[in-house]
Amino acid sequence: MIAAAVLLWMIFAIWPDWLVDAIGRKKIFLNALFNGITLGGLYFLVASGFTLIFGLMRNVNLAHGSLYLLGGYIGYFVADVTGYWLLAFPVAFVVVGLLGILMQVFVFQKMEGEDLRQTLVTIGISIVMADLMLWGFGGDFFNISPPQWLSGPLTTFFVTGAKSSGELVYLKYPIVRIVIFIASVIIGLGMWMLLNRTRIGMLIRAGVDDRDMLSATGARIQLVFIGVFAFGAGLAGVAGVVGGTFQSVAPGEDIRFLLASLVVVIVGGMGSIPGAAIGALVIGLAEQLGSVYFPTYAVVLTFLIMVVVLAFRPQGLLGRA
Amino acid sequence: MALIEETEAGEADDRKVGWAERVPVQYWVVIILLLIMPAFASDFTLFQIFGWSFILGMIALSLMFLAGYGGMVSLVQMTIAGLAGYMIAIFGDSAITDISQGWPWYVSIPIALIIAMLFGSLVGWLSVRTEGIYTIMITLAIASAFFYFARQNYVVFNGFSGFNGVLPPMLFGVDWRGSQAFYYLTLFWACLSYLVVLYLSRSPFGLALQGVRDNPRRMAALGFNVNAHRVAAYAFAALIAGIGGILLTWQSAQISPGTAGVGPVIDILIIAVIGGLRHPIGPFIGAFIYVVLKTFSVDFLTALGLGGERFQLLIGISFLVIVFWSPDGILGLWEKWRRSRGKDPLRDAGESKL
Repeated sequence: MIAAAVLLWMIFAIWPDWLVDAIGRKKIFLNALFNGITLGGLYFLVASGFTLIFGLMRNVNLAHGSLYLLGGYIGYFVADVTGYWLLAFPVAFVVVGLLGILMQVFVFQKMEGEDLRQTLVTIGISIVMADLMLWGFGGDFFNISPPQWLSGPLTTFFVTGAKSSGELVYLKYPIVRIVIFIASVIIGLGMWMLLNRTRIGMLIRAGVDDRDMLSATGARIQLVFIGVFAFGAGLAGVAGVVGGTFQSVAPGEDIRFLLASLVVVIVGGMGSIPGAAIGALVIGLAEQLGSVYFPTYAVVLTFLIMVVVLAFRPQGLLGRA
Repeated sequence: MALIEETEAGEADDRKVGWAERVPVQYWVVIILLLIMPAFASDFTLFQIFGWSFILGMIALSLMFLAGYGGMVSLVQMTIAGLAGYMIAIFGDSAITDISQGWPWYVSIPIALIIAMLFGSLVGWLSVRTEGIYTIMITLAIASAFFYFARQNYVVFNGFSGFNGVLPPMLFGVDWRGSQAFYYLTLFWACLSYLVVLYLSRSPFGLALQGVRDNPRRMAALGFNVNAHRVAAYAFAALIAGIGGILLTWQSAQISPGTAGVGPVIDILIIAVIGGLRHPIGPFIGAFIYVVLKTFSVDFLTALGLGGERFQLLIGISFLVIVFWSPDGILGLWEKWRRSRGKDPLRDAGESKL
């Protein structure tokens, strides 16, 4: 409670001089905080598909980062050619989702129940995909530029300080990040509703608990598998477009986001969507605040969080033992 | 190479026969061939192909030990090797004199290996808390955390550029980086670790570890401390990986974050899987194939009409092919072939699919 109160105070109050002396200006803190939260939104988009696939099929899809990167490239070219940024999302979702269906039908169905072999295959696929993408798109950085109405900063109601004249200074924050964060919250809530309030969600939850029993009741589990894999892969593709708008699309991003989703689901709990949300938020914040306040050890902070969670709650914060 | 399983059965009878005669003749051929290799192989072959194969083979062997006997696929072995390499650069000599302590080899090498083993045990302790497939995820995350940390830390790890000028000590007046000396050095350690793994796999510890792999619950019920066995396996594997890492650092005379990056970490897994996780010889076969592919891929790919830089594609596809058709790697193919040769085509028709 006290920590939450302190945090609220730090967000809303005008910082006294001693605090500014101690940890720097409030603007920097607020920017890092919001960057962390929005980065968490992006991590959630990537990791939720990963954790959904893992939870249902016990398949550690180490090609998930490659799907993310592919989505980013597709999004870049669609947005570049058509000029419609919004069009990039459905196209990336559908194309990467279709690739996910192909992978599920032609690869994973053939080796069902062999966890290790499936994981090894996904490693192979990610190596091949990474090299094919390097071949096809080159080693350049691509930036997906958001449309006019989303570019530029938005003046928020968060006070960063006061001028000497007593006039309050408000934080300016890129509007596209805010929109994307809201969108990822909506997607997260939508997934939660789908899983907990619909028949399909019931099937998926039953499959997570006991897939043999589910298929014995006559549910067509292979279709559920294909659907979930397509959806998870498609989400990775959408996240690729988001990531390309936030940051950039380039070789190597696949591994970065694969690792981010690994850490997120290890911290949050494997197979749990709310866990992925919490894990993504924690890791996003740790990364951004860490890179501002102790730049050389930012990675270690992320890693330490993972180690501490593993040491005290091996199944993750919201995972089931 | 897999013949060793056959000789076991007859072992009880020929106790009186000298040990030299109990080793099958194929083994002698391989041993003698490896020993006299420097007489006809070029310096490049000795140093770059065989030396590198032995080193990568050792690191992959440590993975094979964990995965094959312990059922734990740890992707952290290359990181442990890298850590040992870093330690030898930090405590021993390197061109970065600000950081390197310059301690003599008989201090720096044990310290490097002990730190590697401690790190391996720590990783083991963390990852044995979860099971099976989670091990891959956790060890991959740890491995990449090490990579990013070493790249960012300039105080101890000297950041992006790492250390160069890390040379083996001039022991007995021999330059151990000379191609022949280095060949024998790596051959010695590779053989030693191979034999130790082979011995350990049949020792009570190794058998208990294999029991833990097959049924941890039953082993716990029998009174074995399951987690202690697993962590001990991690520590032992870290020792082998650490020796491999020191040799690797000496071979390239440098260590940098890229040595233990995500790519090399995955490469070690690929080597072990291509060779086969069933028997300790597998990783060495895999390493040899990998090194040959990597060294000659440019010529091979150009011959195929592709650019020479498509090595990753080549290795990725070969890996996929192996995982798809022979999960036990080259060794699995070899055994399949042997079985199909000794089979009666009329009676054993149904059993071919194994």
